Amino acid sequence: MTAAPAIAVDQLVKIYKNVTAVDGISFALEPGSITGLLGGNGAGKTTTIATIMGLVIPTSGRVTVLGTDMARHRHRVLHRMNFESPYVDMPMRLTIRQNLKVFGMLYGVDDVAGRIAEVAADLDLTDLLDRPTGKLSAGQKTRVSLAKSLINRPEVLLLDEPTASLDPDTADWVRGRIEQYRVARSATVLIASHNMIEVERLCERVIIMKRGKIEDDDTPPHLLARYGRATLEDVFLDVARGRSAAREAAQ
Amino acid sequence: MVLRYWYLLRSSWARLFELIYWPAVQMLMWGFLQVYIGQNASFFARAGGVFIGAVLLWDILFRGQLGFSVSFLEEMYARNLGNLMMSPLRPNEFITALMIMSIVRLAIGLVPVSLLAIAFFGFNLYGLGLALAAFFANLIFTSWSVGIFVSGLILRNGLGAETFAWSIMFLLLPITCVYYPVSTLPEVLQYVAWALPPTYVFEGMRALLIDHVFRADLMLQALALNAALMVIAVAAFLMLVDSARRQGTLLQTGE
Repeated sequence: MTAAPAIAVDQLVKIYKNVTAVDGISFALEPGSITGLLGGNGAGKTTTIATIMGLVIPTSGRVTVLGTDMARHRHRVLHRMNFESPYVDMPMRLTIRQNLKVFGMLYGVDDVAGRIAEVAADLDLTDLLDRPTGKLSAGQKTRVSLAKSLINRPEVLLLDEPTASLDPDTADWVRGRIEQYRVARSATVLIASHNMIEVERLCERVIIMKRGKIEDDDTPPHLLARYGRATLEDVFLDVARGRSAAREAAQ
Repeated sequence: MVLRYWYLLRSSWARLFELIYWPAVQMLMWGFLQVYIGQNASFFARAGGVFIGAVLLWDILFRGQLGFSVSFLEEMYARNLGNLMMSPLRPNEFITALMIMSIVRLAIGLVPVSLLAIAFFGFNLYGLGLALAAFFANLIFTSWSVGIFVSGLILRNGLGAETFAWSIMFLLLPITCVYYPVSTLPEVLQYVAWALPPTYVFEGMRALLIDHVFRADLMLQALALNAALMVIAVAAFLMLVDSARRQGTLLQTGE
């Protein structure tokens, strides 16, 4: 028997005025899986993730997380989820410890001080805990955002460009921590990214979106084999430029 | 959330200074004006403290709303709203935290200024006793209702609607008759004035300071109007949040 999906997106449609951002997509993510959501600008990734978080109400279709309808009852599961995005900041004047304390309390974490110490040790933030968040480097800020996203030990973790603007070394380090957390907690992770190296390294499944629809959905090895490419970046370019459709038509 | 705002206030002397600066300037200006007029007009000589009282009560209304709205705007400026909206924080909890912060910010600004009013002009706001509690409660309820509505507008429309947070109360300034009796207004505007709870408070204050009568009836009418206003404001806020979720504007909290 298959376990109920951690995230289920069923015939999701989102139309903003006259623009169709998401056009009838469906997918389900198994508990403990790690999936990449790829797509160019305007492909519908952000709207899809926002709908999964319950920040956007679908025009039609349904999104459930851990069995809960996110359009109607998101507050039942929000304490079991978390997210990280470079497009959202932590308050700059507050120290890392103050920020993590506030979010720990918002998420109803038991023993917030203990959890802060734990997550700070995991993400190498212990020595920085009393520094204002605004005085950190880009890499340190990303680690703080990641610490916030792990503060409640989420069962479902949504990451939007988790290593954007990081140098390769720091980005690799962050990816290692994400993978470590997923394995340790059997968490379900969905990563929206433009970084193909990241997706190739972390994800066991890749969903490629284009113009609001799912263009492809498979494991990285299967995608590489099907497109006859050596890297996911080439696969992504094939999809983005419509070469896959052309190849299928020729075949 | 209250802790989050308290950390912010504690870390910024400029924010603390701003809380005291404007109420102090206003009170001093109107206070000296009253002293001057009082020396030259018998009515004002009798009605000591009307201007200063009006200034301090107006500040409760204005700063109460500003305290609520600025705490909310801090989240927009900090680009932290996405984190909050994605957290288990419920709208009613967020609103309650903003209400508490409006009182904290108001206290930081108004307590020193009210003490200055005693030192400079011999006007003791606290001498109003129970009447002050009734005035304060009614004014703060109105300020929260306006703050809730404005926060909903900003959530729905982004920082483009920020100007409402700074200016909407000034629309009430002439209509709620802060510095003059309702009878001064044209008849049509008097109906509008009596539909607004602060009008009852300022009329009540004048009754107390000029006629030395506490008008409990005015306070009860203001309370009833405030209850209705609060229900409308919360309903509007929830509708605006719902609309923001439909339009996807919770993701775009910029201009």
